[in-house]
Amino acid sequence: MYGKGILKGLGVTWKRFWDTYTEDIAWVLRGKKRYYTEEGVRHRSSKDQKGIFTVQYPEEKLIQPEESRFLPFLVYNELPDGKREILCTSCGICPKVCPPQCIWIVRSNDPVTGRPIPEPTEFYIDMDLCMNCGYCAEYCPFDAIKMDHDFEVSSYGRNVYDMEKLLKSSEYYKSIRPLNYEREETARIAEAEAKKAKEAARAAAQAAKPANPPAAPTA
Amino acid sequence: MTTPAPASTATVDLATRFPGVVQLDARPDYTGFIVEKDSLLEVAAAIRDEFGFDLLSSVTGVDYAPDKMEVVYHAYRTSGGPGLAFKVQVPRIDPVEVPSLIHLWPGVDLQEREVWDLLGIKFSGHPDLRRILMWEGFEGHPLRKDWKEGFYEEDVKPFKSRWPQGKFAMAEDLNPFGDNLTFPKNFEPEKWIPEGEALLYGALARYTVENEDGISSDRIVINMGPHHPSTHGVFRAVMTLEGETIKGLKPVLGYLHRNHEKIGERNTFLQNMPYTDRLDYFNSMTNNFGYALAVEKLMKIPVAERADYIRVIVSELSRIQNHFVFIGTLLNDLGAMYTPSLYAYEERELVLDIFEAISGSRMMCNYYRFGGVVRDIPDDVMQKIKDLVYERIPPKTDELDRMLSENEVLLARMRGIRMINAEDAVAYSITGPVLRAAGVPYDVRRADPYGIYDRFDFDVAVRYNGDLMDNYLIRIDEIRQSLRILDQAIRQIPQGPINSQKPAYQVRVPAGEAYGRIESPKGELGFYVLSNGKPNPWRYHVRAPSFVNVTALEKISVGTKIADFVVLLAMFDMVMGECDR
Amino acid sequence: MDSETFNLPQYEIPEDLRHAVAVTTLDRLYNWGRRSSVWPLMFGLACCAIEMIAAQTARYDMARFGMEVMRPTPRQADLLIVSGTVTKKMLPPIVRLYNQMPEPKYVVAMGACASGGGPFKEGYNVVAGIDKFLPVDVYIPGCPPTPQALIAGLIKLQEKIDRQIIKEASWYKRKVKDPNYVPVPILGPDLIDPRRAADIKAAAAQEE
Ligand code: SF4
Ligand code: SF4
Ligand code: SF4
Repeated sequence: MYGKGILKGLGVTWKRFWDTYTEDIAWVLRGKKRYYTEEGVRHRSSKDQKGIFTVQYPEEKLIQPEESRFLPFLVYNELPDGKREILCTSCGICPKVCPPQCIWIVRSNDPVTGRPIPEPTEFYIDMDLCMNCGYCAEYCPFDAIKMDHDFEVSSYGRNVYDMEKLLKSSEYYKSIRPLNYEREETARIAEAEAKKAKEAARAAAQAAKPANPPAAPTA
Repeated sequence: MTTPAPASTATVDLATRFPGVVQLDARPDYTGFIVEKDSLLEVAAAIRDEFGFDLLSSVTGVDYAPDKMEVVYHAYRTSGGPGLAFKVQVPRIDPVEVPSLIHLWPGVDLQEREVWDLLGIKFSGHPDLRRILMWEGFEGHPLRKDWKEGFYEEDVKPFKSRWPQGKFAMAEDLNPFGDNLTFPKNFEPEKWIPEGEALLYGALARYTVENEDGISSDRIVINMGPHHPSTHGVFRAVMTLEGETIKGLKPVLGYLHRNHEKIGERNTFLQNMPYTDRLDYFNSMTNNFGYALAVEKLMKIPVAERADYIRVIVSELSRIQNHFVFIGTLLNDLGAMYTPSLYAYEERELVLDIFEAISGSRMMCNYYRFGGVVRDIPDDVMQKIKDLVYERIPPKTDELDRMLSENEVLLARMRGIRMINAEDAVAYSITGPVLRAAGVPYDVRRADPYGIYDRFDFDVAVRYNGDLMDNYLIRIDEIRQSLRILDQAIRQIPQGPINSQKPAYQVRVPAGEAYGRIESPKGELGFYVLSNGKPNPWRYHVRAPSFVNVTALEKISVGTKIADFVVLLAMFDMVMGECDR
Repeated sequence: MDSETFNLPQYEIPEDLRHAVAVTTLDRLYNWGRRSSVWPLMFGLACCAIEMIAAQTARYDMARFGMEVMRPTPRQADLLIVSGTVTKKMLPPIVRLYNQMPEPKYVVAMGACASGGGPFKEGYNVVAGIDKFLPVDVYIPGCPPTPQALIAGLIKLQEKIDRQIIKEASWYKRKVKDPNYVPVPILGPDLIDPRRAADIKAAAAQEE
């Protein structure tokens, strides 16, 4: 029959249309809210989704997976006295690894000794260059730069972020990436403990030293 | 663990066949043969006819400043097996000239024009050697090592101005013209007369008045694009029409030429990875694969077993979503505005959710590292992949099939409208689904398996009519085959490390050349990477399937109706990011 | 628009008339009409365009903002979403498209490339930001901005539209014809911006 193929196709579209409403009814019967709830959004992004697929941003938002990345930001620790401890040591790895070379760092020098001190005086990222590749966060050895989840950053002007704009607290970082934070925290604690143990061992060795004859300086 | 394949050159003894004019390329870690320039045509004809390398896949040039330049050809047998690389070396004195192979393989047309445009190597005998990616009148050949652009800062990254005294400065402030510009000395803008496009229009069939059946008619020239809703990006085709029939056509490219290769030669090897994402921006997962293969070959490192499986899984998922989107946009172009495309994008979104969960980004995954991948697939995401592969995508594929494949309007538009036949397809270096729909079962996954594709049981989808309908149906076949591969990969994937190397931001890549190729959803995607032992590649070339496939557009469309042209173009599944690079 | 915001103009409505009448300013009504039916030009450049298309599809559904009618012709569009890398070769067509759009018109720079050059900024064929040629209203960083980020940017644009005042609108000024006309750049040995011809000449003479 001519036109059978078209009717078959229309059947598919009709079913989709219908599914939206049967699903609505099914959710009501189960006593659950299908819209504007996390459960609803999650269901609409799963294999079981049927009918309507829309997530109504800005009222609803998609669930962002932990690894999701947008723009980079710098992490600081909130100290008890309200000061900020910036984790970045201006080691220079991220400006080296950054593919479009959009990170600028001015390393500070101690005014007295002239030696570099581990904190950047200036830190710029040109967000109009950044390709959100995540290398900076991946290769930073101090977990000082991380990729953000926040995408609502549009503006009326160019976006060159300075330190003030880049800094976000470690609390925030913990809230967007709990698993990563936990993993890094455990590693940090383990490292600190290993260091302590090493120190203790050295102290013990030092304590044991006077027993040795002083004429063996090199070991 | 898979060790990188040994240099994939077929064992043919070209040197004995042509004593004196052909030599084995003896440079360490180089492969293939060096052919004397004057005998190139003869040797190439023998390579094609005697040795059976019928598919000339890639043509590119290398600038060995300051003394010589080289043109590198990669040829393959459509029956499968490793390829053959042959090269021509010429002194670097302008004009650098090499004979054109266009009469042996018409598929080299655009690639030779690209080499001329970017490297300034002339191909004698090429009938239409114009610039292709830049415009006529542009100053210089940008991929030459001594050519510098407006925002040139240093030869290689990382730049010294970023750290430790990285005072922020816009690149504009460092250029005398205040922008990304270079002009010859004493250039006077008001005296400049634009070249116009006389050359382009001249290359088309002229405005002749013809007398067929005693009726005189004028041919008209039509420009389609670069802003046109069905050119899939900033593609432009200029055609001459006689009535509704296309009589001549020239593609105009370069509207998205983002200088991928020039930037790639400045980047370190690792820094190129996220740039490859932006080639075929639908399939960053497969782009990464090709590049990683090439560099792993150079580095001679193995890939972790689990990572190998992960690579297959993400590549096939990527292929599935690409083909879904292809069908959606094809229907858009056919006038079925939106519904099929909306349905197709739903499945794509679900696949992208998985990519976002494992790599962090929906489209620009940047997921591969040399020796493995960057992050493992966590169990819950693996469960999601299984859900998709076993429960979601198969019924949705059937649904799409049910919705469209029997539709009478679609059949009327597509059945019996020939795209290209097998012989021409091979001659024009077409790869990918278009070649397979013409009846040539050539799929790099089977012909020259990379990664662990030799472990899977799947059929190379092939159809024989070469008409539009077959080109459409083959995409559905490929989705089904990908599902088969995915099923096996998910069941076999072992536990273990995901990278054979330690994470490091500086990798040591020994000198040599490597050509990594994969079967991307659009065709054969090749990366020609040349290292001289420094942290940056000396030459980095992408053999993009979209770009090479377009070569045949003229051949395909001449003689068809303009209404079909949109569909013919859609069948190539072009992505301009990859086409223009 | 709900009656709350509709009634915002500083005008006290008598108690007994509330819920029976709505008072607003002409500006507010006018802007409400405009912001709820922004028609973007169907115009994609690069990777970002794919996310723009995704924003049109079922999951994000820009139709909810009255933006679903993507017009392929600039004559019917009032929003140019520059979605991707602007190359020098593509710039003349873009400027021409912009000039053809009727007033009032808006430009959104979507993604790093359109905002400031993006990862390809150093390339010889890349324009470092469309704002060198067109007046950009909203910049959306990201590479690519996700569809949700794009919609967030478009909401920002709506806020901007909301703040415009008819009396000051340049497109009703009789005296100025085509207030936003941009001269089309020329492709020479490199890109020539006609507005900067004198600078280019001076700088080229200086070159060593
Ligand atoms: S890599 Fe980390 S610690 Fe080093 S400069 Fe960058 S942010 Fe700072
Ligand atoms: S995300 Fe990538 S491009 Fe952006 S700052 Fe980090 S390394 Fe650079
Ligand atoms: S900003 Fe990024 S995603 Fe967008 S066009 Fe540029 S490179 Fe592509």
